Amino acid sequence: MSSLVRQRHSLMFRPRSYMAFAITPQPPIVDWLSELDASLQRSEGFFAGQHVALDLSAVNLSSSAIGQLVANLEERNIRVLGIEGVDPAKWQLGLPPVLRGGRGLRTSEPSLLIAPVPPTLAARPVPQEQQPASLMVEEPVRSGQSVIFIEGDVTVLGSVGSGAEIVAGGSIHVYGALRGRALAGATGNARARIFCLRVEAELLAINSYYRTADDIDDSLRCRPAQAWLEGDTLQISAMN
Amino acid sequence: MAQVLVVTSGKGGVGKTTSTAALGAALAHDGAKVVVIDFDVGLRNLDLVLGAERRVVFDLINVINGVAKLPQALIRDKRLETLHLLPASQTRDKDALTEDGVAKVIEELRTKFDWIICDSPAGIERGATLAMRYADAAIIVTNPEVSSVRDSDRIIGLLDSKTAKAERGERVDKHVLITRYHSSRAARGEMLSINDVLEILSTPLLGIIPESQEVLRASNVGSPVTLNNPQSAAARAYFDAARRLKGEQVPMLVFSENRSIFNKLFSRKAA
Repeated sequence: MSSLVRQRHSLMFRPRSYMAFAITPQPPIVDWLSELDASLQRSEGFFAGQHVALDLSAVNLSSSAIGQLVANLEERNIRVLGIEGVDPAKWQLGLPPVLRGGRGLRTSEPSLLIAPVPPTLAARPVPQEQQPASLMVEEPVRSGQSVIFIEGDVTVLGSVGSGAEIVAGGSIHVYGALRGRALAGATGNARARIFCLRVEAELLAINSYYRTADDIDDSLRCRPAQAWLEGDTLQISAMN
Repeated sequence: MAQVLVVTSGKGGVGKTTSTAALGAALAHDGAKVVVIDFDVGLRNLDLVLGAERRVVFDLINVINGVAKLPQALIRDKRLETLHLLPASQTRDKDALTEDGVAKVIEELRTKFDWIICDSPAGIERGATLAMRYADAAIIVTNPEVSSVRDSDRIIGLLDSKTAKAERGERVDKHVLITRYHSSRAARGEMLSINDVLEILSTPLLGIIPESQEVLRASNVGSPVTLNNPQSAAARAYFDAARRLKGEQVPMLVFSENRSIFNKLFSRKAA
């Protein structure tokens, strides 16, 4: 009896949406692939475990060429979840399914920033429905550790050590000294900001625009500060 | 209940081996049964600092490989009968250490000793990770300068993630031991201050060991500074640190070569 009930339960289909990166190859494909390789070299593991959708609207490929491209991406550890922007007639067995109705996510431009991300301490909880996209780190982030949270904001209750790294899709808040690197808006969000109680950062970056410690004004050092993007310059100002 | 301590730092040359020997002797001084283990396979030093280098027959790797039994490899100190050394092998390298082997040795030592102190090699590779693997508590030896402090921060991160205790969801107790501290140089800003170090590491302080000629002198004669010259500033700082390890509340003094800082302040006022 109970098994019958369970069986019925498992037959219910619920729609559910997930977040994925869309990558859009540009013609000529060969050049695009070598550009991709150059970016990947700076950031092994950036796509590891990520859902990736292949947007083919900018190119016109035959179905065998699509298969070849998918295989090329797989060689680079990019696993394609689905294809969009393609004539369904070109789809054939063995290709990832065709996706429709994808919507952009508040970002106006595709992600360029590829951060060097050693996959230690990669905090990547599975986003659950109606959970706010933020990650709370309740202890100091030590030298050599990376906190990577592409889904949203990162808040650190403590300091971020020299040689540590925070990568967030949204903003970064550090309630302590920021001595390592902070990369906010890593998925192309130009509105992300970085806040900290004491800026001694090695590098601050928002949406691929960055400043190293050398370019941070000395008058700001060791003060509470925030960083934001104005056009294509990273602005930093004291908060007191 | 045996306590397994790891003395670690990341950076080399900050005083791990000296501190292991000095704290081991200080703890054994009160009659506690102490074993110090050299994990620096291939570059062993602890036998020299303890003056036991001429009595090494078997070593940690021999015990792990089953060539020798643990009691055969343990060397009892000639001055303190409760202090023992388990030396490292000088002819092998760190790959000879295995996780299971280390676990077995530590388990056996737990039944025989009150304190098991693992002297970690520098670095964050196999030797260092296995030295910290089964620790209940860690002593992070730090010099008051930026590179040492950053390496210590890295090690603290590893203690919180790579130890058996951390993997069970428990915490390894962590203590910072500042060595080679020079109060006048710190006052002139040539060294990080104690507060700077503690602020960066946000970890409690176990002790402040002053830079002292006595430490070098003791190493050269093969004796822990706490045995060789118990009245020296460094030895007194180590004795205080050992008492804190046992859970005693001891006020934190900065000892200097001949007198404590209070004497120094007093003499200045009198002048």
